[in-house]
Amino acid sequence: MFRFLMKGMLRDRHRSLLPSIVVAMGVMLTVFMFTYMKGIFDDFFNNAAMYESGHVKITSRAYYEEKDVVPNDLALEDGPGMMEMLRSEYPQLKWSERVKFGGLLDAFDENRETRAQVGAGGVGIDFFGADTAERNRWNLGAGLQEGTLPQKPGDIVMGVTLADQMDLNAGDDVTLISSTVNGSMVLNNFHISGIIYFGTPPMDKKMFLADINDVKAMLDMGDWSSEILGYTNTSNYDDLVASALTAEFNAARSDSADRFSPLMTPMLDDAGLREYFGYASKAGSIMSFIMIFAMGIVLWNTGLMGAIRRYGEMGLRLAVGESKGHVYRSLIIESLGVALMGTIVGTIFGLGFSYWLQEVGFNIGDMMGDSEMLMPTIIRARITVPAFYIGFFPGVFATLLGAGLSGLRIFKRDTASLFKELET
Amino acid sequence: MRNLLPYLFLGAMPAMLMAQPDAAEILRKIDKQMVTESAEATATMVITNRRGRETRITSRSWSKGETTSLVEYLSPAREKGVKMLRLEDVLWMYTPQADRVIQISGHMLRQSVSGSDLSYEDMVDNGKLLDLYDAAVVGEEVFMDRSCYVLRLRVKEGIEDVAYAQRKVWVDKTRYLPLKEERYAKNGTTLLKNFEIRSVMKIADRWYPKEMFFKDVMAKGQGTLYIIEDIKFGVDIPEYMFTKAALRE
Repeated sequence: MFRFLMKGMLRDRHRSLLPSIVVAMGVMLTVFMFTYMKGIFDDFFNNAAMYESGHVKITSRAYYEEKDVVPNDLALEDGPGMMEMLRSEYPQLKWSERVKFGGLLDAFDENRETRAQVGAGGVGIDFFGADTAERNRWNLGAGLQEGTLPQKPGDIVMGVTLADQMDLNAGDDVTLISSTVNGSMVLNNFHISGIIYFGTPPMDKKMFLADINDVKAMLDMGDWSSEILGYTNTSNYDDLVASALTAEFNAARSDSADRFSPLMTPMLDDAGLREYFGYASKAGSIMSFIMIFAMGIVLWNTGLMGAIRRYGEMGLRLAVGESKGHVYRSLIIESLGVALMGTIVGTIFGLGFSYWLQEVGFNIGDMMGDSEMLMPTIIRARITVPAFYIGFFPGVFATLLGAGLSGLRIFKRDTASLFKELET
Repeated sequence: MRNLLPYLFLGAMPAMLMAQPDAAEILRKIDKQMVTESAEATATMVITNRRGRETRITSRSWSKGETTSLVEYLSPAREKGVKMLRLEDVLWMYTPQADRVIQISGHMLRQSVSGSDLSYEDMVDNGKLLDLYDAAVVGEEVFMDRSCYVLRLRVKEGIEDVAYAQRKVWVDKTRYLPLKEERYAKNGTTLLKNFEIRSVMKIADRWYPKEMFFKDVMAKGQGTLYIIEDIKFGVDIPEYMFTKAALRE
């Protein structure tokens, strides 16, 4: 019977082509939107993890309380001891120290007189450690626009917009005016080894990276550590893993009565993204629901149109003795065929467009203007396993729903008046 | 008897008016003690940060008139050689590590000096109170066993560039030193800084603070003690010392 129905459908293009196109379009849109949203959310959370919070972060309790003002004077003591302990007790994570700081960057002329000053934010990262992963984590090689990455102590790399703003190039020297952890004003000269395109407007505009040992010496931090970031081996943040690790670490090593004891915080809490993350993880379900709902209405309408168009055919089939249930079932089976065909085609096209957006990306830098959000300027989709099957939910269910609802009219036909209707 | 009371009160009025000191005269006497024509001093700042840790910074300073001064840090090693030069309203800072002379202006003047409770403005302030403020005597109190006039100072009309728009000052009645000060913002209610003279010294016929305590109300540290180790007044200081070029020497 299925083969018979399919043959009929293929020969009558009005019964197969239009509904299949509608289903394919809807599924394609669903798949594309799903991968697009996944890409945006993943980039957003990965940016927060890479540049800001790690998957977990360890600071002193006092530092965490005032973290918005980057209180380096409240940093953890004996940073090297803490790093050693973390590497031996928690080897499943990669640990990196960071120091954030701010100040005025002062560009000077040949007489060493100020010619430009701009407020900037710096991050001290481990450029020269034997097992450092920071260069790759910050993707510095790919973003290098001019010069080289730091080769020796005293070298820094600077955001491309910041360098433009101050008319600085790789090879120039610049003075940073900042404050030590004791509050003393400090002037420190750095050598700009390279100009970096970070790909995130606020970072390109205001940020520079220096070696963490230079920064600690400049800020008079000794062996203190402001922030220690931990990264799991998974590419994306896993809240269950991060939260379990946090609970274990804090129970064993943090003392709420001691402001300078270490405190571990999962990324979502450190970056204040927990609510947003909840929304993002439901994005796939929300997208599917919206598409099922919207397509349900569209396909219901398509089904109704089809039923009206096939009003005579249905009547004739009932008149020659076919049962209403049989007609209804055949309608459902036909729609299943249409749904599968449309869904497969839609998924293929949806994945195709997604792949293009994933590999090529779409540059929205001009649209972001002076945005302060840590968002990449190139939007990319991300194809994950669910993208291969997510289209089947709206594609199949909505089509069946539409056909099922419109087909209910079959049961309302009055058999006694069928011949009367067919006379016309 | 009841009828005599008004007359007794009126009779006492001239005596009361006589006892009420002239606020401007008090300011003049304070300026005479505190403002120096030229001076050379060595001082130590003891800064206690919010972790309770103490830092000691020793400096040598030279001043000439109200608007020219130079401070050079002698220790600790990290700060050694840092110099601050004030010429009129401009403050220059030199650090040997960077070999740069940077102008400190605007809001930077209100920043803490070396994490202390003193701002750059406080550090180089040698202006006469009488030129900047209108004063009124608002009471008399005993502070640190010394009998004091309590003065309320308000910045004079037309003067904008002043660190504290209002001050409440406890002035030693005999030594004319401001033993205690509350320094306020423009609104007169926001307290910015507390200041106390903890001990004094007499050099020739002049009383001068020996130990001063500053507490920036906004800062989270535990205050800064400023100790004058030695001071000479009326010294002859070569002009070239107060030049930008001399900062690098």
